[in-house]
Order: sequence, then C-alpha cells, then structure tokens
Amino acid sequence: MKKSIEELNAIRERMKQTIQMRSDNSNNVRVVVGMATCGIAAGARPVLAAFVDEVNRRQLKNVTVAQTGCIGVCRLEPIVEIYEPGKEKVTYVKVDENKARMIVAEHLVNQRVIEEYTIGAAK
Amino acid sequence: MNIVRSHVLVCGGTGCTSSNSPEIIKQFNKELDKRGLSDEVKVIQTGCFGLCALGPIVIVYPEGSFYSMVKPEDVEEIVEEHILKGRIVKRLLYEGDLKEAKVATSLNDTNFYKKQKRIALRNCGVIDPENIDEYIANDGYQALAKVLTQMTPEEVIDTITASGLRGRGGAGFPTGRKWAFAAKEDNPVKYVCCNADEGDPGAFMDRSLLEGDPHSIIEAMAIAGYAIGAHQGYVYVRAEYPIAVKRLQIAIRQAREYGFLGEDIFGTGFNFDLDVRLGAGAFVCGEETALMRSIEGHRGEPRPRPPFPAVKGLFDKPTILNNVETYANVPWIINNGPEAFASIGTEKSKGTKVFALGGKITNTGLVEIPMGTTLREVIEEIGGGVPNGKKFKAAQTGGPSGGCIPESLIDTPMDFESLAAVGSIMGSGGLIVMDEDNCMVDIAKFFLQFTVDESCGKCTPCRIGMRRLLELVDKITSGNGTLEDIELTEQLCYHIKENSLCGLGQTAPNPVLSTLQHFRDEYIAHVVDKRCPAGVCKNLLRYQILAEKCIGCTSCARVCPVGAISGEVKKPHTIDTSKCIKCGACMEKCKFGAIVKN
Repeated sequence: MKKSIEELNAIRERMKQTIQMRSDNSNNVRVVVGMATCGIAAGARPVLAAFVDEVNRRQLKNVTVAQTGCIGVCRLEPIVEIYEPGKEKVTYVKVDENKARMIVAEHLVNQRVIEEYTIGAAK
Repeated sequence: MNIVRSHVLVCGGTGCTSSNSPEIIKQFNKELDKRGLSDEVKVIQTGCFGLCALGPIVIVYPEGSFYSMVKPEDVEEIVEEHILKGRIVKRLLYEGDLKEAKVATSLNDTNFYKKQKRIALRNCGVIDPENIDEYIANDGYQALAKVLTQMTPEEVIDTITASGLRGRGGAGFPTGRKWAFAAKEDNPVKYVCCNADEGDPGAFMDRSLLEGDPHSIIEAMAIAGYAIGAHQGYVYVRAEYPIAVKRLQIAIRQAREYGFLGEDIFGTGFNFDLDVRLGAGAFVCGEETALMRSIEGHRGEPRPRPPFPAVKGLFDKPTILNNVETYANVPWIINNGPEAFASIGTEKSKGTKVFALGGKITNTGLVEIPMGTTLREVIEEIGGGVPNGKKFKAAQTGGPSGGCIPESLIDTPMDFESLAAVGSIMGSGGLIVMDEDNCMVDIAKFFLQFTVDESCGKCTPCRIGMRRLLELVDKITSGNGTLEDIELTEQLCYHIKENSLCGLGQTAPNPVLSTLQHFRDEYIAHVVDKRCPAGVCKNLLRYQILAEKCIGCTSCARVCPVGAISGEVKKPHTIDTSKCIKCGACMEKCKFGAIVKN
C-alpha cells in the first residue's frame, strides 16, 4: 500500500515507542520491577506488564521500564523502585496492577510520590 | 495481553552469523516459547554492532546488557536468569567497563563506543534491517519526504555541498560537486549508481551498512535521483555478500510496497526505482568505469577518462556513482542540516569515517570516528591496543591501494589530507594493524599478489609491470635480492603509477612505495644481511637449537616431519638446515625454549 507523508509520520510515531526501549540514555527515569522468584510469586509479572502498557499508552518519553532480581524485602513484593536522575530513589511495595497504573499517573506524570504505597508506609 | 517489555537484539551481520548467531536466535525463540514469554519479549535480528571480535553479540533491552561471545547453550541461562528473573548474567557481559558497574550503564560510556560518533552506522545494531517500520521510527524516509516536498534539486545539491561530504570510497571527491556535474547535463535519461563492490582485503564497512541499514542507501539514492534528475538507480554489490544482497532486496521490496520507490513518490510526481546488480567479485569492478561496463553486461574493464561518468556514464548517459557509506550519510545531512555535519571533523575532511579494524588488534570490528581522530586513539583506546603484549609496528590503510603508517607517526590524524601526507591514503576504510611479528616486505608482497591476480589485463603497465614488481619483491624475500633490485623496484613503482590506465594500476604500487619509505631498513636487511627481522620470510629463516638449554628430550626430533633433527637421548640435538622446511613444529613442541629462529 502506497504511503503518504502523513502515513509515514504515523508509522514513525507508532514505532518510536517500540524503538525507544533500545535507546542508551542514562538520563532516563528508570522504573525497576523486582522479578526474582519472590517477586514473580507475589505477582510482579502483571505489574511489569501494567507499567510497560501504561508508559506506552501515555507515550511517556525517557522512561525505561526494566526488571531486576531480588531486592531483598521479599515479604513486601512486588517491589518497584523508581530512579530519577538527581533524586533519591523511591521504593514502592506490594504493588499490583492498579497501583502500577496509579504510580505512572501520579509519580511519573504529575511528579507526586504516592506516600502510602512506599516502603516507608509499609508495616 | 500483548505487551512487549523486553527486546533481545541479536547481531545478524556476517561476522556474528558465521559464529552461529542464527542458532542463538532459534534458541531464544525456543526458550521463550517454552516459558510462555513469546508475547512479552521480542527477539530482533539486527546489523553489526561493531565488536565483531567478540561475536556473537546479544543485547537485552531495556537493561541494555551487552552480552558477548554468546553460545547457543548460554541462551537458556539468559532467558531463565535475566529475562525471567531479572538477574543479569554477569559472566557473559562484555569485559569492558560494564561489568563492574552496579546499575546498567550506557553502552556509549565504554571505551569502544565513547570516542565513536555513529552517523553512517546510526541504525546498525539498533534496528531490524528487514523491517521498514523500524527504519521509519528512526526518522527513516523523512529526508526523502522533505526533499521532494520542500526543496528544489539545486537546494539538495547545495545542502550536500555545504556539508562538505566527500566520497567515502577512497578518493574523497566532493559529493556535492559530483552531483552538480550530473545535474548540469541536459539529458532526459540519467542514472544513479551505488558502488557496493567492496574489494579491499580486510574491509567490510559497506557490507555491514547494507546488512544493518539497507533502507538508508535506498533513501539516499532516491534523493540523489531527485537532485540530478534520474529515475533509475543500480546498486552494484558483490555476490559474495549474500546477507547484504538478501536484505537489500527485502528493503527494496518493502520500499516499493510503501511507495517510496516507484511512480509518483509521496504524490509529488517524482518517479524513481532501484535494481540490484551482482558483481562476480573482480576487484577492478570497484573502479567506476569498469563497474558501469559490468552493469551494462560487458566484461568489467576500465576505460580512459574523460569523459567522466557525470557526462557519459552508464549506457553512455550522465551517471553518478557513490560509495555505500557516502550515501548512508546523505539522509542524516538532510535531516540534521549541513552545518551539523560540517561541524564534525577537520577543515577539509568533514563528518565521520567508518573503519574496519583488523589484524593485530584486540577489538576487531567496525568503528565510526570523527575525521581527524588520531591513529593512536583508534588503536589504543577504541581498538583496545595490540594483543598479547606485542609492540605496535604499523597500520595499513587503504588496502592494496594504500600504504603503511609506522609507529613514529601514530599521532597522525585520520583525515584525507593527513593520511596522504604520510604516504598512505584514507581508502575505503580498511585498517589493518601490524605488530613486531609482521614483516613489512612480506605485507607488501601480499598486496602485490592480490593486485597481480586482480589486474584486468587491459593495459600493459599494470598487467606486466605488476608481475615484474612481484617477481622483484619475491626475489628480495627469498634472500636473492641485491641493493640494485631495491632501486629497480622503486623505479618500476613510479613507472606503473604514471602509466596505468585506471585507479587499480595507478595505486597498486603504493604498498611497496610506502613500506620502502618507512621501512627501507627491512628491505636492506633482506638483501644485505639475508635476514628477515620479523622472522616471517621462510627462505631467510633459520631454526637453531641452543645447546645449553636442550636437555635431549627428543620431542622435537619426533615431531619434525622431514627428519631434520638428530641427536642422542639426553644430549643436545641439532637441526640439519639443509633438510629443514621451516615449519616451526619443533619450536612449538619444545618446552624448554631451546629452539630459536633467526
């Protein structure tokens, strides 16, 4: 199918999200999900998927969603840590799919840390 | 749910393919499938990352973990540990600075990538070359759209001229000027050609570009077609590059499907199409007039110029012919502006240059550096230096048409003028590093053998002169040369250079001339002392057993294939030099370092 310039630009925008994962930009905000056995058992897999999906849906630039091994506080899994350049990292615990989407909206978009989800608020 | 959370990039360049990367891709798909991860993790075959020595290369994103020398049996561990559990497999990480870093650092911070600037290679190792959408994501075909809708052909040529882009095939002719000559011709039929007949031993820049980013060549050729008023292009690529040919053909098909090739591109009324022509691998077909003869279906032989191809080229029509790497820069220049390109490099050599590092160097592979980067930076920092603690002796640039840069000139900036000033050339980008174990006369002989084989035979100076030259150098390396032979060699070189018809013959004596210039003492050692200082030339070698070190274990005598070693058990042995064939097997076998060659 022949493409017009508008269609070319549409493909570019759509595919940019896909390619963005491969940029080696160390200034990115990094969302790191604990995906060791403990994390997976506690449901980290859908949490990771929710983060990727939400970040893509909102077309957030400069956000990297990555996974890591056991963070060490297995009883509080799924754990998600957010590293922003120049800021102290924020650790969210007992995250689920809904919380994940909230964190993207509040923390990444509106720049407000959701205190009640953080490790500081956990018992 | 189909959310891709991770990309596994596996190098599918020729280097990594030959070290079994297709099997790795197969394993990844199998392992991911087994764990039900196929929808979450995407496996992508990309082009060359540059670190061919450490292939096969696998990069896992978003972490950006750079795994080197991955074997098919490692795949299960990567999937199980890294992709499933998020634990990076440290033992497979690239040895560079990444291993110690706690958080995944950017690849661009490693020594190998730090000094590089990837313009021509911008997409190599980043996108899937067989997927046009990924090329589009990285601003692909934006330059073509911009040129066709917002610029006149003159503006395109002015932009290229202003960028200072010069031909990357070796000669360094200003690309904008070449295009302007062809644009000036008043002829309804013109052609755009791409020279992908990369023939220098040790050079693989063009191959990697075509394998890693074929669409950028297609886009640039369409832009060139618009600039000079051509509607048909040909890519002349050697048949020995099967992966490059296949990806190029896939890319052309995809571009046609999207209407970026064909009629009425972007609804602007501009028509341009592209075809691939396969070369049979004759070195002379990299010469522009011979290449065009070959595309026409004739025997690939050069003809005298003028008329230049811009006036009378393919099928006697005005034609431009540019190298693959030259084209790869064009879309970037249009998108980023000529000033951005001209701000990189030196006064007369703008932009970057891709080099294929080979020979005695740790990081064999492909690098792209700003023009004017010194040879020292390329070899010691990017290339990781000469392995095994050996001493750097010289670097050879420009292949059979080029010359050597000795250790004393290691701070030479790599640009067209500086390299010419030290008796070498930029060439297409092959860079072969030599250490103390390389004999410079032998190197010159190697390249002479190559050009003698590849001479098309049309003109006498090249056909007969080169053969005589090889005979002379052969006489020197076999220990039968005289000082007069060295002089005769030199004279013959100049004679061939001045009288040959095409670039092949005009440059073929360069390896001899430049080694004579920088390493004349080695030639003299061969004829006067009958000795090869590097211990390479077999006829001048002599193996000897040091009596004080030999304990008479007899292992050398047992391994000698011609029975040249004799001696009693537990007593020092001796080598009969008249029988010795200088294979070196005894020296390899001796545990006591009692055998030396000199």
